[in-house]
Amino acid sequence: MAEAAGLSRVSGVPPVLGRVGRVRLLLVATMVAIWEALSASGFFYRDVIPSLLAIARAMVAVLAQGEFYRHLAVTLAEVATALAIGGSIGILLGLLLGANRFLSRAFEHYLYWLGPTPKIIFFPIMIMWFGIGPESKIAMGAISCFFPIVLSTAAGMRAIDPILIRVGQSFKASPWQAATKIYLPAMREPVLNGVRLGLGVAIIGTLLAETKLSNAGIGYLIMQAYAVFDMPRMYAMLIVLFALAIGANELVGRCGRRPVSRP
Amino acid sequence: MSAAGGVMRHWVPVTFGVAVLMAVAAAVEGLLLAGVLNRYIIPLPSEVVVGLRRIVAEEDILGKLLITGQECLYAMVLVASVGILMGALLHRVAVLRMACETWIAAMASAPIVLMYPLFLVIFGRSQTTIITMGFIAGLPPVILKTIEGLSGTRRVLIDVGKSFNVSPAQLFWKILFPAAMPTIFVGLRLGLIFCLINIVGVEFLINLGGLGAAINEFAERYDLAGTYAAICFVILTSVIFFVATERIERWLRPQD
Repeated sequence: MAEAAGLSRVSGVPPVLGRVGRVRLLLVATMVAIWEALSASGFFYRDVIPSLLAIARAMVAVLAQGEFYRHLAVTLAEVATALAIGGSIGILLGLLLGANRFLSRAFEHYLYWLGPTPKIIFFPIMIMWFGIGPESKIAMGAISCFFPIVLSTAAGMRAIDPILIRVGQSFKASPWQAATKIYLPAMREPVLNGVRLGLGVAIIGTLLAETKLSNAGIGYLIMQAYAVFDMPRMYAMLIVLFALAIGANELVGRCGRRPVSRP
Repeated sequence: MSAAGGVMRHWVPVTFGVAVLMAVAAAVEGLLLAGVLNRYIIPLPSEVVVGLRRIVAEEDILGKLLITGQECLYAMVLVASVGILMGALLHRVAVLRMACETWIAAMASAPIVLMYPLFLVIFGRSQTTIITMGFIAGLPPVILKTIEGLSGTRRVLIDVGKSFNVSPAQLFWKILFPAAMPTIFVGLRLGLIFCLINIVGVEFLINLGGLGAAINEFAERYDLAGTYAAICFVILTSVIFFVATERIERWLRPQD
């Protein structure tokens, strides 16, 4: 075995799985085995831990239903609107705070303190203001994503190299040119990082609000599955939801990465 | 002169910020009294201030704060013991660390709080669900920061330990762990913040426990001033908590 591994190294053919890959495989196999053992053990109430096969079947059923996509569209629309509202207000205020030291010293610490508080506690107020429809979920998402975006934009604005700004001034760049050629490119990464963080918390804020009180959206579907104790369906939807959240996060992250310049 | 200038530079904007907030509160009060804003959805700011006193005196909000604090404490004891132990294990077994570190980082950014219906099914509508949610949310930063802290121990310290022929356990307890302590504390602080956010959030969502449940209760009673006052109370508590832990973290950080 060791000889074979050595041979593949000598001949330049990489092994199919490295040591880390084998450990990962072993960990996944162990977790699957523990899950199946718990599922079959009868230690929990029936279906609390369903078999992986049941979850896979439920996932296929969920993905084959048109109803799921209708609710998914509601959630996606709510998250997108929340991100657009919270993000644009966050970016505008971030630019203002980043550009003006006085305003930053006056107000930024409030934002910094409010940032980590649990936003879901504002949901009763959002229901009073916007009702129980999608508006209150959008408001929750917007409040959630506002804080990381405003703080990241303000920090990004302050971190712009002053040399770049002075170069622009020496070339007598117009305000529009300064914005499009200096400020926006220099702030691309911090703003997109803020949007990335904001997207994550907007998804959480919107979905939590949906689980609390709604009649549409993925959060509502999850609570419906919980209410009728359809556990495989609930697990399936949670998996789909996690995959979507991680996928969206990765997508925004890729937009933020600079393309590698070739010599 | 420059010290006085520094004080002025700090306090003038801070005073301006406070003045603007008070002016906004006064404007909202005026608009509500004039009937421009709806008093059925926004209470008078003066009523909220009175409400703050009322929820402390009549609604036992401090007792609810204690319940939330107790849940946080249980979750954090679990987070600290499991997180530091797992971090130390992953630091010691390099291949395991390489295999798991990205998973743990992914777990830190995953929307774990959305799994609360799952824990409701497993543990029922109980404090165990709340504490478990807090525990899972607080674990990743402690593991990651423990690994970072232990890996960042200066080589010279480890070499000195080895020159004294210390045992692996002594090396860990006398050198690695104390050197990693400031970084581990950063992880504990982050873990505590995640833990608190999730605990208050889940309390609100399942209407059980301390502060989160109190907000829900006031909202269901349509006690407008009480709801706003309870939200202000949670925000004030969070701010005091974050500032205090930040100060401790700064105090623990080694000065260059």
